[in-house]
Amino acid sequence: MPKLNSSAELEKLRDEILSNRDSDQRIITLCSGTACHATGSRSVAAAIEEELEKQGLKDQVIVRKTGCHGFCERGPIIVLYPEGICYLQIEPENIPEIVSQTIKENKILEHLLYIDPSSDEKITREDEIPFYKNQQRLLFGANLQIDPKSIEDYLALGGYKALARALLKMDPGQALEEVKKANLRGRGGGGFPAGIKWEGSRSAPEDTKYVIVNADEGDPGAYMDRSLLEGNPHSVLEGLAIGAYTIGAREGFIYVRQEYPLAVDNINTAIKQAEEYGFLGENILGSDFSFTVKVHQGAGAFVCGESTALMTALEGRAGEPRPKYIRSNIKGLWDKPTVLNNVETWANVPLIINNGAEWFEKYGTETSKGTKIFSLVGKINNTGLVEVPMGMTLRDIIFKVGGGIRGGKKFKAVQTGGPSGGCLPEHLLDLQVGFDELTKAGSMMGSGGMIAMDEDTCMVDVARYFLDFLTDESCGKCVPCREGVKQMLKILTNITEGRGQEGDLELLEELGQVAKEVSLCALGQTAPNPFLSTLQYFRDEYEAHISGKRCPALYCKDLIAYYIDPEECQACQACLKKCPSDAIIGGKKTIHVIDQEKCTKCNTCYDVCPSRFSAVKKISGEPVPPAIPEEERTITRGSKEK
Amino acid sequence: MSKVLLKIDGKEVEAEEGMTVLETAQDEGIGIPTLCHHKKLEPYGACRICTVEAEKNGRSKLVVSCVYPVEKDLEVTTRSEKIDRIRRKILELLLSHAPDSDQLRKLAEEYGANKDRFEKEPSFCIHCGLCVRYCAEVKGKFAVGFINRGSRREINFIPELAATECWNCKECFPLCPTSALQAAYMFTEAQISETPVFEADSK
Repeated sequence: MPKLNSSAELEKLRDEILSNRDSDQRIITLCSGTACHATGSRSVAAAIEEELEKQGLKDQVIVRKTGCHGFCERGPIIVLYPEGICYLQIEPENIPEIVSQTIKENKILEHLLYIDPSSDEKITREDEIPFYKNQQRLLFGANLQIDPKSIEDYLALGGYKALARALLKMDPGQALEEVKKANLRGRGGGGFPAGIKWEGSRSAPEDTKYVIVNADEGDPGAYMDRSLLEGNPHSVLEGLAIGAYTIGAREGFIYVRQEYPLAVDNINTAIKQAEEYGFLGENILGSDFSFTVKVHQGAGAFVCGESTALMTALEGRAGEPRPKYIRSNIKGLWDKPTVLNNVETWANVPLIINNGAEWFEKYGTETSKGTKIFSLVGKINNTGLVEVPMGMTLRDIIFKVGGGIRGGKKFKAVQTGGPSGGCLPEHLLDLQVGFDELTKAGSMMGSGGMIAMDEDTCMVDVARYFLDFLTDESCGKCVPCREGVKQMLKILTNITEGRGQEGDLELLEELGQVAKEVSLCALGQTAPNPFLSTLQYFRDEYEAHISGKRCPALYCKDLIAYYIDPEECQACQACLKKCPSDAIIGGKKTIHVIDQEKCTKCNTCYDVCPSRFSAVKKISGEPVPPAIPEEERTITRGSKEK
Repeated sequence: MSKVLLKIDGKEVEAEEGMTVLETAQDEGIGIPTLCHHKKLEPYGACRICTVEAEKNGRSKLVVSCVYPVEKDLEVTTRSEKIDRIRRKILELLLSHAPDSDQLRKLAEEYGANKDRFEKEPSFCIHCGLCVRYCAEVKGKFAVGFINRGSRREINFIPELAATECWNCKECFPLCPTSALQAAYMFTEAQISETPVFEADSK
């Protein structure tokens, strides 16, 4: 492929690609991101190839292995074009009938369709499934149509048009102005306006400047950036190149976790292709602008997502944050002006340049524009990645897109913003998601983690869990984080284990305040959030643990006990047989009792007791009723009928 | 270098541009406690005990004076109820590791820190990094470093380097605020005395 040297050459190539594509072409797309691989999409892919060969359709059907579609709960997902028929949870065994029925005979296989749980109606097209219908997939939508290894797929969708426009029709100042006007705020956690950050670097007098993609996504359960980088790597490169052009950088870096091998692979392929086509390298598209990109694999430390720690790691030293009274856009990587944004932020840039700031501003709230991708997980029906306009309410995300709480349980809280975010209670469900809105409510946007919690979740334990994560991931450089957060974790552990004392909450607050006020980096400054927000909204749970030695959610093992209600027990022996620690005494026609000494509180008896009996009870904060005397345990026929 | 005028504790002071608030205060004889700071070393900003309040244009914020550069018209307060509260907490946290450190006990007395506030975990080291940074920045030897991260972080001598570099140096010893360094060194010494590297070098 000879290098493209002008906008006209790019458009000519695009026309050629498009003219070779038939809109009636039969295409099978299969989601093939990391999450899809985990649910078995690789064996499905192999089955598709094999079956097409077998049924003689190899030359007539295009198989497109795309990135993540987002509905990971129901993966692997197949979408058949031109109709857009969507089959969910596909296994290799389904492939022969898909090929022989749907592809050959145009028959829809009803049993593979999505069934709307509210209406029991079967839904044929992917975009009509409520999970997708209620989203606004400006960034993520392209994932469905792109094989990440194919630059042609990206070009067919208008790829690199924004770069051509910026380089050939706008001067760097104009391109910057567009991003500033769009009020694109950083999607990585801070929410700092990207345009203002870029402007700082642009005005800095140095000749050498850098741009960096932060792909060191480390929040437990979050994979938005991974899925973008895996599924649509060229969009990130295009955004990065535009950013570099506006500030005058000639070198860019992609700092990506080593734990993301597919993302590393796909971005490396994309860089090679972009160099070959002339979207990277010397005199890009015939302009004066030259720009190269290198990939750096991080060793996997959460703290390296912090910008100064990331830059320190990129320089080849231990990834620890450095004091930042001079911003890194002025003095960053190797002390040069450096713009660092995360994957999602960069991916927004081509959209803004192509469609203009006014278009972008149509989506969102007053201060948060565009869309946001959330990793929607927890006790929710539709887990996966969702992209919604800023300003959608938490309620709509959780209930309309997410399909509500699993198993008919009651919603209790939603945790947003990753490990150092906060938990918001039911009465805040109508809060609109936006950077400032979430912060005001005591949580934060972070990079887009969203964990739904049901009534069985203990909020004290949630705080303990996140502080445990953060203590483990602290770099250990500054005292308030290394020592202070560790002491907070100790106190919280004591509380969940029944050793809470009066004064604990005050001490936790004092430690939290110091960590917030004087920690070196954002990890320590925000580490107390899981505690502070749960205390703000669920104080009674803390008090129950400390003074009543009671866990209201019946979760904390050291504060609960199991016992069998003799009135309800039908001596079915289900629990007796399943108890792994032989803690249940009973037998045929003999009411069962639990030996409290032996019980390990594993919850097995509670799980297996048939719901029509519900004889196994969990209690907390009260003494276990004495076991009924042995002579009264025999059940005689009819004696239990009321 | 141009001069910068600012106020520290109400006193008008003059500093060179690029100086830190701590350096300026020290030049003026205004005491700010430090644990991880050393004149010969790059500012590190880890112990946070030198935190002060800095006000500009009516907005006050907490800054770490060993790394914060002086600014025109900055008004610095080095002692307040808020600052004392923060320093007290930092000292209490560190005293759980090094309850017998003279330097910490003296500061604890000044700031009213309770040395028994937290359960004792006498690891001695308070991770000020003076030894690590002195060895790297002044001596250029890198014979002692940090291993692990977070609450599992420790200082450790690299046996091969320590065996050849440390015997005639030991300049980091007096820098240690808690004597942890000596303990770590003795420990390494015991280990390296068994190794051929050490034997070869000591001949």
